[in-house]
Amino acid sequence: MNELTRETLVLNMGPHHPSTHGVLRLIVELEGELVLGTEPVIGYLHTGFEKEMETRTYHQNIVFPPRIEYLATMIEEHAYVLAVEKLLGIRPPARAEVIRIMMAELSRIASHLVWLGTSAVDVNVSSLLMYCFNDRERILDILEMVSGQRMMHGYMRIGGLQWDLPDGFEQAVRAVIDDMPGRLEEYERLLGDNLIWRKRTEGIAVLNADDALRYGCTGPVLRGSGVGYDVRRAFPYGGYDEYEFEVPLGRAGDAYDRYLVRMEEMRQSCRIIRQALERLEPGPVLVDDRKVALPPRRELVRSMEAVIHQFKLVSEGIRPPVGEVYSAVESPRGEKGYYIVSDGSNRPSRVRVRSASFNNLQALPVMVFRNQVADIVVAIASIDIVLGDVDR
Amino acid sequence: MTEPVAEALARALAGLVEGEVRALDEITLLIPGERIVEALELAKAQGFVLLADLTAVDRHPEEPRFEVVYLLTSIEPPARVRLKVRVVSPEEAVPTAVPVFAGANWLEREVYDMFGIRFAEHPDLKRILMPDDWEGYPLRKDFPLVEEPVQFFGHVPKVPSEIIPKTPRPS
Repeated sequence: MNELTRETLVLNMGPHHPSTHGVLRLIVELEGELVLGTEPVIGYLHTGFEKEMETRTYHQNIVFPPRIEYLATMIEEHAYVLAVEKLLGIRPPARAEVIRIMMAELSRIASHLVWLGTSAVDVNVSSLLMYCFNDRERILDILEMVSGQRMMHGYMRIGGLQWDLPDGFEQAVRAVIDDMPGRLEEYERLLGDNLIWRKRTEGIAVLNADDALRYGCTGPVLRGSGVGYDVRRAFPYGGYDEYEFEVPLGRAGDAYDRYLVRMEEMRQSCRIIRQALERLEPGPVLVDDRKVALPPRRELVRSMEAVIHQFKLVSEGIRPPVGEVYSAVESPRGEKGYYIVSDGSNRPSRVRVRSASFNNLQALPVMVFRNQVADIVVAIASIDIVLGDVDR
Repeated sequence: MTEPVAEALARALAGLVEGEVRALDEITLLIPGERIVEALELAKAQGFVLLADLTAVDRHPEEPRFEVVYLLTSIEPPARVRLKVRVVSPEEAVPTAVPVFAGANWLEREVYDMFGIRFAEHPDLKRILMPDDWEGYPLRKDFPLVEEPVQFFGHVPKVPSEIIPKTPRPS
């Protein structure tokens, strides 16, 4: 560009635009097609979940996590119940832990499939979307079969699970995870060999490891830049230390590497589910502690004590000891943490939701600096933001 | 059991620390507000390269009322440490952590937005989640949670979130 005629244009992108995957507004400063500055404006989906969670009991709050981040619903519930369990100092039965891990990994695949389909649409490979949603629907069918709901499950309980797995679950899961590697290969042929996809993602939206760490990025964004940080590996929770899986890493830190990382993660999730199916032993799925978990239905007609426990748990809830706790899980977007402060009453005094999307989105201006304006769309897609998770 | 790296950091910060809490395998170090940047730099040099979270807690009606909480993560070897700064009044600004961790930018803006705690020399301290013209700081304990008013007369509807009342822990 000629120095004499140097002029920049300020362009407003969003908040309502399909490529923003929600309601995200970007104020972009352009020099021709080059991006000089980007300022994300967020908060359009702010619903005050943290405030709401302070006014409800610990059990009532289970409904919120899947609504905060609506693509990886089981993982969100897992994150919340693990934090409360850590506060209470209890551990769910072995069978519940195995089922939770299966649910979490199914959710991870479902979430990555949505990401794959929508980010392909963002670069105009529109045929992939319906394939991905088709596969995701098969996973949601399983989650519905287990919990009764496609998305807002409310399946996990403090100290275990709502109920045991239904008949026919194992065959249904095996059918999906046996198909999945073949399907992924097909998608990779569709995208990996696709000249447009390669040209639109390779060397685009580069984020080096230092910047990724400085901005607090986690998940595939950080791993795409070559930093091997996976909460499942670094701080194993809920029994993940007993499973074998690999943490795929990228090198270049561009959109294409993040795509490779996520594709491999789906395969690793299938591997974890397969191991979990082998580990599935009969047993209880809820702790036997009557001060934490509801007594089984059959006891209610026999024991007055069970009725009292039921009544106290429903009308008052549990009262954890005074203290504070931070517990995190690896969500498809990165470290999802719950920081809960308890004042000893039946409601949390403060619940902080550490969302991965919030920090990852913060690195967007670095990623798109001196890229083309059309690459912003690719960058947003490659971060895989969920605006509900950003704004909470 | 806490991680050895976290113990090493607690020792390295010993000169700065006002207090130390160990509970549920987590270390919390209390740092005086004016020395928090120094503490964060030291922690970063010790391998705690990821500022996983920065948030605040309102202890109303206790005094000092606010706490700013920094959650630091070491990736190799894995460890977590929590630093805390007590804020007596929200007008008293906490030094910003942005020069050490760029990611603190939005996190501090969110703390300002929700609690009204100011951060000195923050590059762009303005509301982030709430509308720009919003009055008050929603996550403060004295900010009421109200439901939408309805057009009926005669009775005050129950606030859904208050149906199960808060019961304190028996002492």
